[in-house]
Amino acid sequence: MLKTRIIPCLDVKNGRVVKGINFVDLVDAGDPVQQAKYYSENGADEICFLDISASIENRDTIITVVKKTAEQVFIPLTVGGGINSLKNIRDLLKAGADKVSINTAAIKDPEIVKKSSDFYGSQCIVVAVDVKRSGDKWLVYSHGGTKNTGIEALGWLEKLENFGAGEILLTSMDKDGTKSGFDLEILSKATKILNIPVIASGGVGSKEHFYEGVINGGASALLAASVFHFNEISIKDVKNFLISKNIKVRI
Amino acid sequence: MKKQIAIVDYGLGNILSAQQSFLKVSQTNNIKANILITNDPDTIKKSTHVVLPGQGAFDSCMNGLKSIPGMLEALNHFTLIQKKPFLGICVGMQLLALDSEENGNHKGLGWIKGHIKKLPSQNLKMPHMGWNSIQLKNRELKIKPPKADYYFVHSYYFKCVNKEDILAETVYGINFTSIVAKENIYGVQFHPEKSSNQGLEIIKQFIEI
Repeated sequence: MLKTRIIPCLDVKNGRVVKGINFVDLVDAGDPVQQAKYYSENGADEICFLDISASIENRDTIITVVKKTAEQVFIPLTVGGGINSLKNIRDLLKAGADKVSINTAAIKDPEIVKKSSDFYGSQCIVVAVDVKRSGDKWLVYSHGGTKNTGIEALGWLEKLENFGAGEILLTSMDKDGTKSGFDLEILSKATKILNIPVIASGGVGSKEHFYEGVINGGASALLAASVFHFNEISIKDVKNFLISKNIKVRI
Repeated sequence: MKKQIAIVDYGLGNILSAQQSFLKVSQTNNIKANILITNDPDTIKKSTHVVLPGQGAFDSCMNGLKSIPGMLEALNHFTLIQKKPFLGICVGMQLLALDSEENGNHKGLGWIKGHIKKLPSQNLKMPHMGWNSIQLKNRELKIKPPKADYYFVHSYYFKCVNKEDILAETVYGINFTSIVAKENIYGVQFHPEKSSNQGLEIIKQFIEI
């Protein structure tokens, strides 16, 4: 049976991890490769790097990071952050990334989703969608969740699926950082209308939240950052809890 | 004898990950092996093992192989005449079949009797993406995959004509063939290079043939 995936996300800036594990004795805690390796040996089903380098020059550092990670980590690797061209996508895939996650570039020009999935296959094109509630609907935000695009979220998600997105990484800006659980309302609406897998993100603070994301939200995968990095919950704890609730995970 | 493992590069697929996994396995197990990424038919004929990765659509992969002069002939020679160990991964496994219904109807290598069909959705998310288990058939082969979860990403599956060619099956809506094996030819629907230690174990067993 297909398992629910647990994905830790690491923020990488200029080739270094800025938000990562700070509870184990890694020789170099800023090294993305060591962090990715740690997680892959401790139950992660995939690794996600989010490149938050501010300048274009510094973005090339992520290519080196991906190459080095691919030498040592043998589970799927997704890379997102600042991807704005087919060349970016190709460079990352060639360096060893299994999937790329596009966000603002897809809003600027949705054709990038179509072109990249036609060319490289839907399986490696993840579209990250940041949403915020507005009355009885949800609106899409761009530029790392800072700019309101005015686009209605559910229509946007359907369009992305039609354009060939292989997977959606759905983040609730209302919930992100609150540790009060996923936005189950938008999550369940999204997973009902979409035929492609949805990765839930934003707001997780307890083991129960992961469970709700699957049971109430219908998510295929669950992404978290700080709860793992600060060892508030380990991936193994989450998996054991999910198993106790009859959710299938990889052990 | 030093082994030479050729990973076929025909312009598609995450070749680097495949190469890294083979490098890792040969280093950790002290296996003397040259691991090459190549599109040269002569190099393929001279190799001891061939790996055919694959990503994207069946027809673009098949066309990629055909576009390299002498490639199909070299692969046929290596596998069917020299009968040396061959491993197809993901679409590389599907290419072993007679034909595929993906984007029309396209002929495959035809080494293992089977047809590539679309996975029925039945309210399941597509593609079939993530970790799934395998049920092994009772066969005495050089590759004995660990009973564990493996990483899958695909929307089409290998429908085997002869049950004897199936080494493992996986359930996603339907029961489909996740590993085929016939004499020296192996094909895995999942990505061993992305399937953690159990995936690396399969790669090790393949290199050791």
